[in-house]
Amino acid sequence: MRPILIRGGRVIDPSRGTDEVADLLVADGKVQASGRDLGRPDDALIVEAAGKVVAPGLIDLHVHLREPGQEDLETVATGSMAAAAGGFSAICAMPNTDPVTDNQAAVGFIVSQAQRAAKARVYPIGAVSLGQRGQQLAEFGELVGAGAVAVSDDGKPVASSHIMRTALEYARTFGIPVADHCEDPTLAAGGAMHEGLVSTRLGLKGIPAAAEEIMVARDILLAELTGGHVHLCHMSTRGSVELIRRAKEKGLRVTAEACPHHFTLTHEACEGYNTNAKMNPPLREPEDREAIRQAIRDGTIDVICTDHAPHHYDAKEREFDDAPNGIIGLETALGLAVTELVETGLLSLADLVSRMSTTPARIFNLPGGTLAPGAAADVVVIDPEHAWTVAPEEFFSKSRNTPFGGRRLRGRAETTIVRGQVVFAREVAANGPAGPADPARKEYSAGRTI
Amino acid sequence: MSATLGKDLVGLEPLSREQIQLILDTAEPFKEVSERAIKKVPALRGKTIVNLFFEASTRTRISFEFAEKRLSADTVNVAVAASSVSKGETLVDTARNLEAMRIDMVVIRHGASGAAQFLGQRIRSNVINAGDGKHEHPTQGLLDMLTLRDRFGRLEGLKVAICGDILHSRVARSNIWGLTKLGAQVGVCGPATLLPRNVHELGVTILPRIEDAIQWADALNVLRLQLERMESGFLPSLREYNRVFGVTKERLARAPKDLLILHPGPMNRGVEIDSDVADGPHSVILPQVTNGVAVRMAVLYLLAGGSPDWANPGGGGE
Repeated sequence: MRPILIRGGRVIDPSRGTDEVADLLVADGKVQASGRDLGRPDDALIVEAAGKVVAPGLIDLHVHLREPGQEDLETVATGSMAAAAGGFSAICAMPNTDPVTDNQAAVGFIVSQAQRAAKARVYPIGAVSLGQRGQQLAEFGELVGAGAVAVSDDGKPVASSHIMRTALEYARTFGIPVADHCEDPTLAAGGAMHEGLVSTRLGLKGIPAAAEEIMVARDILLAELTGGHVHLCHMSTRGSVELIRRAKEKGLRVTAEACPHHFTLTHEACEGYNTNAKMNPPLREPEDREAIRQAIRDGTIDVICTDHAPHHYDAKEREFDDAPNGIIGLETALGLAVTELVETGLLSLADLVSRMSTTPARIFNLPGGTLAPGAAADVVVIDPEHAWTVAPEEFFSKSRNTPFGGRRLRGRAETTIVRGQVVFAREVAANGPAGPADPARKEYSAGRTI
Repeated sequence: MSATLGKDLVGLEPLSREQIQLILDTAEPFKEVSERAIKKVPALRGKTIVNLFFEASTRTRISFEFAEKRLSADTVNVAVAASSVSKGETLVDTARNLEAMRIDMVVIRHGASGAAQFLGQRIRSNVINAGDGKHEHPTQGLLDMLTLRDRFGRLEGLKVAICGDILHSRVARSNIWGLTKLGAQVGVCGPATLLPRNVHELGVTILPRIEDAIQWADALNVLRLQLERMESGFLPSLREYNRVFGVTKERLARAPKDLLILHPGPMNRGVEIDSDVADGPHSVILPQVTNGVAVRMAVLYLLAGGSPDWANPGGGGE
């Protein structure tokens, strides 16, 4: 494995509070050093990063990879490649596969598929309950032993407060968070979009903001009761933000995530029955979007996640009521975050790296999120200025379901390094492709310009 | 007159005041066709029209079929039970197959909001929405407006209260858009469980009690109450609904003026409306049905490219 010297970039590492122009040397799968005028090992691959940002690889805590069960939509290999192209060095795979990731063999399968793919790291999230049925706890100990980093029944909210309580208590034994998709199933039943003026006009059944907030409030109360760590998935409403803010003031173990679509779009995106704007939780009102933005800024929302949810175009090409929820996000998240949060002056680039790398690593206790010497060599080179147009047909993901096609964005990943190897690069390195024996070479030639 | 309707009629929301006016004015001469001994004009001779009904419907389907036949079009009725949809075919495949048969127009009734627009965006044929989910039922809205205009001679300034289950009603939405665009005032009256969120932002007055509606309105458009609403927790019972929101003779007797009574049908007598009101002197429920044929003839004719001047059947002919 050749060492890699990333030269002359703006190295931003929130874990150490550093933000300086420097070189970064990685070798043997670890960060070796950062600083000026680092010696250049003879065989090092050179990545020129002048004018670019060098940061710890991005980490997405909320991804649906569809394998096993729906490999026509996404696989561990295609999803982890899409992640790498989006600047992510690690992603967490939600357990709502078929079969459900509710046992150690299922977790082990995803781990081994990720090793074979050798792109972004993939950390499985185990199910809270067997079959995600919300009745009997899955074997958290064995899930963790096989490589799971958290548990969640995402997609099927834990309706029973008793099961949520026991999950939070039992998860403490293993030091893992319980990630919850907050939705009162009776209030949300049959809903296709946010309940408001647009749903009234379109004649679609709405999901009120209260459906999310009721469960956020419940989960916070249960976190207080149990001392467990609850991680609130894809927060979408102003009311949720207020609840989380109060919980954090009380010092409870509550963390929360928000998705780029919720800080970018509103329910008006559903106009014309656009099924690529159908997701759960739904796109909300402008005040909700603003509250989510402010919460990301002040840290009430800890991390930005994609909720990457691949669907076949056929499935979205139908009546709004019958179309599935969700959009893909791995290859647009960074551009949307830079465009919507950094360009608008809401977040510094350092804060963005924190929300998308350092903090996710910390709250799920994952490697990465830091460029400290000795840390895992998971690095992303970002061009924060580069303007580009979203072209879904060029995605590495198998699916194309995004409402952002044709949108102009600023900021994208140029090079993604995982375990000290280049897994994605848009352009060939300054000193040419790596040698024939170097597995990074293939990915250099696979890099393309959007 | 320069207004045209465009390719499809998916709702009254996207239409301008002039376009709605055009349809109502074009319907006037078509009323007369249905009064003739030979109820036929050759306006759509050679055109093929599919009536694609994914939901059960008697009066709307028959009304469209009469309108088509009186315009001399060739029609095919596709009902859901007999269609490929029950074999799992998607709406988009159904649309493409119809397209491949070179039909000119599709009249669609579907349980999903947005289905008509979905179809219209995917085929070249004209698409007419005969009711899509809880979204719109534009020809019903138009026939209600034509009936009101017949009786009052105007729509401007008229106060129309729509009563009942506004939340689930496509008829209510089409009436709200059409009437407000033509300058009428619209009130909505019903239990709070059956009023949609933010409905006041559509420019309507909320009338919490049926007594308020009766005091306020010139005409009541009484919606059909779906009998399954109790099971989903929106209402306690039909009995109580009639006692609190029913349009009864006793309540109407306290109105400051005689109110015109409309109902899109089919009626639940003794639930949302009492028989002596439905059958009473101020009910225009049957004239609504008659106007339905004329309005649908006008819509079919205009979408097929007919000019309003040419619509006068007296001088008609191809």
